[in-house]
Amino acid sequence: MDLLDLALGNLLSPIILCFALGLFAALARSDLTIPEAVAKGMSIYLLFAIGFKGGVAVDTAGFSGTLVGALLAGVFLSFALPLIAFGLLRVMTALSTLDAAAVAAHYGSISIVTFVAGTSVLDSAGLTYDGWMVAVAAAMEAPAILSALWLVARSGSGRQMDSDLWREILLNGSIVLLVGSFAIGWITGPEGLARIESFIVSPFQGVLCLFLLDMGLVAGRGLRGARGILRPGLLAFGILMPLIGATAGAAAGVGLGLGTGSVMLMMVLGASASYIAVPAAMRVALPEANPSVYLTLSLGVTFPFNLTLGLAIYLAVARMLTGG
Amino acid sequence: MQTHPAKRVEIIIEEMMESRLCEALLKAGVKGFTVLPVHGGSGRSGHWTRAGQIGRAGGMRAVVCIVRPEALDTLLNAAFSVVERHIGVVSIVDCEVLRAERF
Repeated sequence: MDLLDLALGNLLSPIILCFALGLFAALARSDLTIPEAVAKGMSIYLLFAIGFKGGVAVDTAGFSGTLVGALLAGVFLSFALPLIAFGLLRVMTALSTLDAAAVAAHYGSISIVTFVAGTSVLDSAGLTYDGWMVAVAAAMEAPAILSALWLVARSGSGRQMDSDLWREILLNGSIVLLVGSFAIGWITGPEGLARIESFIVSPFQGVLCLFLLDMGLVAGRGLRGARGILRPGLLAFGILMPLIGATAGAAAGVGLGLGTGSVMLMMVLGASASYIAVPAAMRVALPEANPSVYLTLSLGVTFPFNLTLGLAIYLAVARMLTGG
Repeated sequence: MQTHPAKRVEIIIEEMMESRLCEALLKAGVKGFTVLPVHGGSGRSGHWTRAGQIGRAGGMRAVVCIVRPEALDTLLNAAFSVVERHIGVVSIVDCEVLRAERF
């Protein structure tokens, strides 16, 4: 299967078509909406399901040193990628130090929905991956925020880190749910999974489709209101940075000797940009940074790129690198 | 019916700052307030809506406090220390309350 087949197969999958439907509906100003509470409910379901299944996979396969190596590599990437992103933004765009640092933080952190979509692509391709990659995803959520705050502190602005801010960064809801459900899955193992399988396995793809419909709607609304924000340099950054992040992820994955599926997921983690944990932290830590810039770029440019083309590219490259 | 003059302060604040603001108000001696969800709106950053949103970054809250006129400055100083650098609106209107001892 070549890259074109992969890309076409991915584009015609239900999850991508649902995202496209949401995007179209928002851009066409349809009144289609998904209530906030329903969207939050679906995100809780997806985080719980992916965390739980990851924990069960670790219980089945056993704990390995590779897991520790992957966790450390993930944390390193999350610290390092914002520095690269910041440098690129200063060269490619006219963003201020504050806005560039805020955007950079998003590109060191991860998008769990892109990760989930990546696992879905792997499942469709019949490829396996290490269940503990979920733990790597959780570990990569927060370090990027600290890198961004360091970049801003160098310029003498930003906010003093207080205990509330630390708690919000390290114990934000998505990290707690992901790590917590991972631990429950690990503790209860396949027996635990068998008890709730009908809830977290069978409906998963359907819920993911509806969730991506909502993501399409939100991304479309963001794009509609971003005409004055998305200048060519910023747009190019939104496409180039995920490719750089994916390259770094591939280097880490291959260096650790991971299999094809896990290398692809490491690339996805490196390539994706946060739109839940980091924007919330930036509103508290760097309130003067323009949220329209980082939310539009992360959700309106990089997320659709990763979903429609990126995943197919990352899978093709991971296969090429690992011979899978 | 006997009524008493009071000040009604409405603070529209970013969702992420809600707990900090409420804490500051309680510390300043405000006896009570009401927090309301805000569905959407429009401002200097353009139009926004909470429909379909899962993150807290784009959300706003309305915090409504009613205080005696002499307590207004203390409340505003406490609120301003939290909202100063953030997106939001603070407005004050005169109002009448029925049970003055509650404020």
